[in-house]
Amino acid sequence: MSQLLQIKNLKVTFRSDGALIRAVNGISYSVDEGESIAIVGESGSGKSVGVMALMGLIPNPPGKIESGEVFFKGRDLLKASSAELRAIRGKEIAMVFQDPMTSLNPVLPVGLQLTEAIQAHMGLDKDQARERAIKMLALTGLPNPEQRIKDFPFQFSGGQRQRIMIAMALVCTPDLLIADEPTTALDVTIQAQIVELMRELQSELGMAIIWISHNLGLVAGVVTRVIVMYSGFIVEQAPVDDLYERPLHPYTLGLLHAVPHVDVNSQNRLASIEGMPPDLRKPISGCPFAPRCPYRIEKCAELPPLFDAGDGRQSACWRWQELQTATTFGETL
Amino acid sequence: MSALQESSALVQVRDLKVHFPIRKGIMRRQVGAVRAVDGVSFDIFKGETLGLVGESGCGKSTTGLAILRLIDMTSGQVVFEDQDISTLPESQLRAMRRRMMMIFQDPYSSLNPRMTVNSIIIEPLNVFKIGEPRERAARVQELMSLVGLNPAFANRYPHEFSGGQRQRIGIARALATNPSFIVGDEPISALDVSIQAQVVNLLSDLKQQLNLTYLFIGHDLSMVRYISNRVAVMYLGRVVELSNRDAIFDHPLHPYTRSLLSAVPIANPKRERARQRIILQGDVPSPAKPPSGCRFHPRCPFATQECSAIDPEMRNLAPADTAPHWVACHHAEKFV
Repeated sequence: MSQLLQIKNLKVTFRSDGALIRAVNGISYSVDEGESIAIVGESGSGKSVGVMALMGLIPNPPGKIESGEVFFKGRDLLKASSAELRAIRGKEIAMVFQDPMTSLNPVLPVGLQLTEAIQAHMGLDKDQARERAIKMLALTGLPNPEQRIKDFPFQFSGGQRQRIMIAMALVCTPDLLIADEPTTALDVTIQAQIVELMRELQSELGMAIIWISHNLGLVAGVVTRVIVMYSGFIVEQAPVDDLYERPLHPYTLGLLHAVPHVDVNSQNRLASIEGMPPDLRKPISGCPFAPRCPYRIEKCAELPPLFDAGDGRQSACWRWQELQTATTFGETL
Repeated sequence: MSALQESSALVQVRDLKVHFPIRKGIMRRQVGAVRAVDGVSFDIFKGETLGLVGESGCGKSTTGLAILRLIDMTSGQVVFEDQDISTLPESQLRAMRRRMMMIFQDPYSSLNPRMTVNSIIIEPLNVFKIGEPRERAARVQELMSLVGLNPAFANRYPHEFSGGQRQRIGIARALATNPSFIVGDEPISALDVSIQAQVVNLLSDLKQQLNLTYLFIGHDLSMVRYISNRVAVMYLGRVVELSNRDAIFDHPLHPYTRSLLSAVPIANPKRERARQRIILQGDVPSPAKPPSGCRFHPRCPFATQECSAIDPEMRNLAPADTAPHWVACHHAEKFV
């Protein structure tokens, strides 16, 4: 598989009340064609800002892309003009957002919102665009698309609105779909419907997907690779099975231990991560997770690089080798 | 359901109904009602945590509010500490209020941004005139240490705290009057994963220390399993299944519970891929026009004609001498 997207040393900052917020601190990763990866992190970890930057959606000011390169099919998106970006956005890279109510225009029928993109990007006329929109809505499992295309967003349920958002994102058959917490606002049964739908559509249409989520559970079954972010840094990257089986960063380990499993009866006390994420307004020296890390050593006062741990794994922990060889990981350290 | 009655029940809820009227036209005539809670009965035993789960709109939060009489019930009975509070006049209810408190979901909107932490936590003490004013200030310091906040921050405002710390302020406020019963309405769902565990551990420590009884309303089923002793599952204003935590999670008998559990993602890729998912079709129907018969029948893969005609009774399907397992389904025997 060839590389679709490559991000190199991306840095994004925001200015707020005179303070400089370092939202993304030099992250690098790549996505292959048709691959499905997850970027996992808590609020403020920079997981959304990182992909907004590649779509050219960082408001400037207050936001600023300090440095970095974003190659999409060999072109650097950060150097592209806004006209070039407009041609790519929606056609080659599409996005599904968290809250389907606020990302749909409430005063336009959904059909109009769907055909707008088709007409802009695919050069089809009105009737052809309408036909394509109906076909796409049917593909996402919305009942009665011929009728419902005239309805307004408030006439749909949350799950149906998210189906419309997905139809809208996929209507021009993009090569890359960015799903920014697409199921967070939905109930768990509807969440399962939407995840299943996206999986089916991916095998049918073959696009690459970046899932952005705060939920390690949700992405476990849908991606092949996971990137874990913490306060603007990538702290770990690994194939999905390896990450859950043997995390090589204490933050990932902490996250996995902090959530109970619905299929396991556990009486053990939850292993919480003490403290809270660092204040992004203050410059971070050393490992950003060190103040909360139970395995902290003196070396951690120095910022660790992202070590290559082999087998497609990376970890930004000085002690990753110990985590790798420890027999009962997390306890013997 | 007389079999549900037990002597050690702290809270008894019987056939609780909360209907919100729908009015139309210039005369504002009532043309219908949203049956948010439509005949709910259960007990909450002393010292236990009862988990209440269901999708949004199923009436779980309304049930919690009605039990505390924070909204008016349409009919039914709530007995708290052997006193029927459903018909108690407000003047007598006030004395009961200090014994039952609530922790809200959103720690950002449930704390007054213009009050200091001290004035937020001291307010219930002032309202109920508990202790001398000097003792109250000391009580605030004590409560802050109890929930893991630095008492030196008592004069700060909510915006100076993180989400997890704010939820601790909300917990300290709820504990101020020494209640015996606390309703937590999704108290951790607005928090980040790494902070959720801290708050959950705090809640279980406090329960031990202060002999509390919880009604824990949640939609995160893995957290509910972790924190609850018994679990009630709600669908469209009704409790459809109620039993011990492990019975509900390991041997669910209601088709709705089964699909709800199968939809919860598991943070383990191998177990996750190997799972059998029951994916429900469609959305939850409107509680203004609940379906006939069993309310779940339009989405149920096992529905028969009987289900669309006859509303199923709550039945105890647990073997004799074991804890009851209540389920409202005509076909629940299938899963025993």
